[in-house]
Amino acid sequence: MIDRAHAPNHWLKPHGRRAWLLITCLTLASVADAQADANLELQSLAASCAACHGTNGHSKAQASIPSLAHLPAAYFIARMQAFREDDNLATSVMAQIAKGYDDHQLRQLAEYYASQPRTRY
Amino acid sequence: MVPLMNRRQVMLSLGAGGMVTALTGCSGWQTGRSRPRVVVVGGGCAGATAAKYLRMWSDGTIEVTLIEPNHHYVSSPLSNRVIDGELGLADLTRSYEPLARRHGVRIIVDRVVSFDPIAKRLRLSQGDELRYDKLVLAPGIDPQFEAIDGLAAAHADGRILAAWAAGPDTAGLHAQLRAMPDGGVFAITVPEAPYRCPPAPYERASLVAAYLKRYKPRSKVLVLDANQDVVAMGSLFKKAWQDRYGNLLEYRNHHQAVGVDAGTLTVRFEVQEDVRADVLNVLPPVRAGRLARDAGLANINSRWCEVDFACFESKLAKDVYIIGDAIQAAPKMPKSGHLANGHAKVAVAAIIASLRQRPLDPHPMLTNTCYSLVSPFAGMHSAAVYGYVAAHRTFESVADAGGVSAEPNEAEVTEALAWAKNLWTDMLG
Repeated sequence: MIDRAHAPNHWLKPHGRRAWLLITCLTLASVADAQADANLELQSLAASCAACHGTNGHSKAQASIPSLAHLPAAYFIARMQAFREDDNLATSVMAQIAKGYDDHQLRQLAEYYASQPRTRY
Repeated sequence: MVPLMNRRQVMLSLGAGGMVTALTGCSGWQTGRSRPRVVVVGGGCAGATAAKYLRMWSDGTIEVTLIEPNHHYVSSPLSNRVIDGELGLADLTRSYEPLARRHGVRIIVDRVVSFDPIAKRLRLSQGDELRYDKLVLAPGIDPQFEAIDGLAAAHADGRILAAWAAGPDTAGLHAQLRAMPDGGVFAITVPEAPYRCPPAPYERASLVAAYLKRYKPRSKVLVLDANQDVVAMGSLFKKAWQDRYGNLLEYRNHHQAVGVDAGTLTVRFEVQEDVRADVLNVLPPVRAGRLARDAGLANINSRWCEVDFACFESKLAKDVYIIGDAIQAAPKMPKSGHLANGHAKVAVAAIIASLRQRPLDPHPMLTNTCYSLVSPFAGMHSAAVYGYVAAHRTFESVADAGGVSAEPNEAEVTEALAWAKNLWTDMLG
């Protein structure tokens, strides 16, 4: 027998279900908003490479400036580490740029560019 | 009248809006319309980039209109190579058409004559009126010919050219150089910093010296600089001049040009003696483009526009974002095409966040790379990385990052061309 005095029966009432729907919607909405914020920030971070390396890493002059799109993330990070650490490269553009990003940012950039399609159109 | 909803209904409807956002990716605009309207004024490195990225990053859900008076973009980056005859203007000319065809930007070839930031409305010279939710101003710079006595008239009749923004004057200056007799003097005056593209006058002097060394070796290049020293890549330029051009190129600091005589091609200075030349290339001081000044947005010395660096919104006008060379730059941040392209992306991300009523990116980043040639066969660079520092409300250069080439080299001549090609595509393609 159900003890109506103690059961959490408000969950079962119509307005109670609406409350759950509300909570679910708000949670999904805030997750979606936070995801959209993160995507935009990542696009913006990655776009700081694009003036030289082309939009989304598609270079139009690959003999001098490589495309970043579709590079394996591990290769990207290894190259950036070499630019940061190899004294023989210290006066190259990329050594001087790579030192401007922290490890977390370099990982974000590596993953972003690895996920870009190899060709643009 | 809008029917009143109780709090739960309001929250439910907001929740449902969020669900739509989650399903469709990029909507959830808070402007009360399904497609917010952003107008971009100016199609240079800053404005064209903003127009393209607004469309890209909103998945085409923002209506973007670009107002630009010219039918084609002519690149000022690389334009010193037109002066020494290595390139032609056609090499620097790109169409705006891919912005419309690939990205859906509506392009209007016209000028803005006025705008009302309260009514959020602007008027074009042909009478059209446009409304906007957000306005991006990328008005670039205007030369202050009137700052140097006699220059406005001498420039208008083509006797003394500045050729600062690429265009017919760039080719005109090349023609003057070609016509100059062997044994002549090519004099270039450099305005007080800040001006657009700090290394450019020195690159120009170097390329002219290389041309004269080859074709008219009894001639001379005079660099007459209002500043106390070479403004950018100073030791690299001075060493290159010494090594490559010797007495053919002479650098003089503290030469603030105050007047010109077009008849005798003479330039007068605040303190130093007059200089007569056979080709006189006078670079006047510059300031923010007219539109920003007329709107009262150039509040720093009546020259530059003050912006909130977190988003590039004007400090004076809400929902008006100012990018590129017209702004009062952050410390150690030059006025460059590369940075203008970067301003645009930070502003676009901020505009999208604001239209969604979401927080701004707390730590946007900017990079800069300037390539300069000291001869047609030797180039060098200056690079920097900047991060936004919320506590100081400005961009600061990241410690340990940035620097210059060890010495001018052949590879960076090719790299400079590749950089320009990718920059053009990033803004227009």
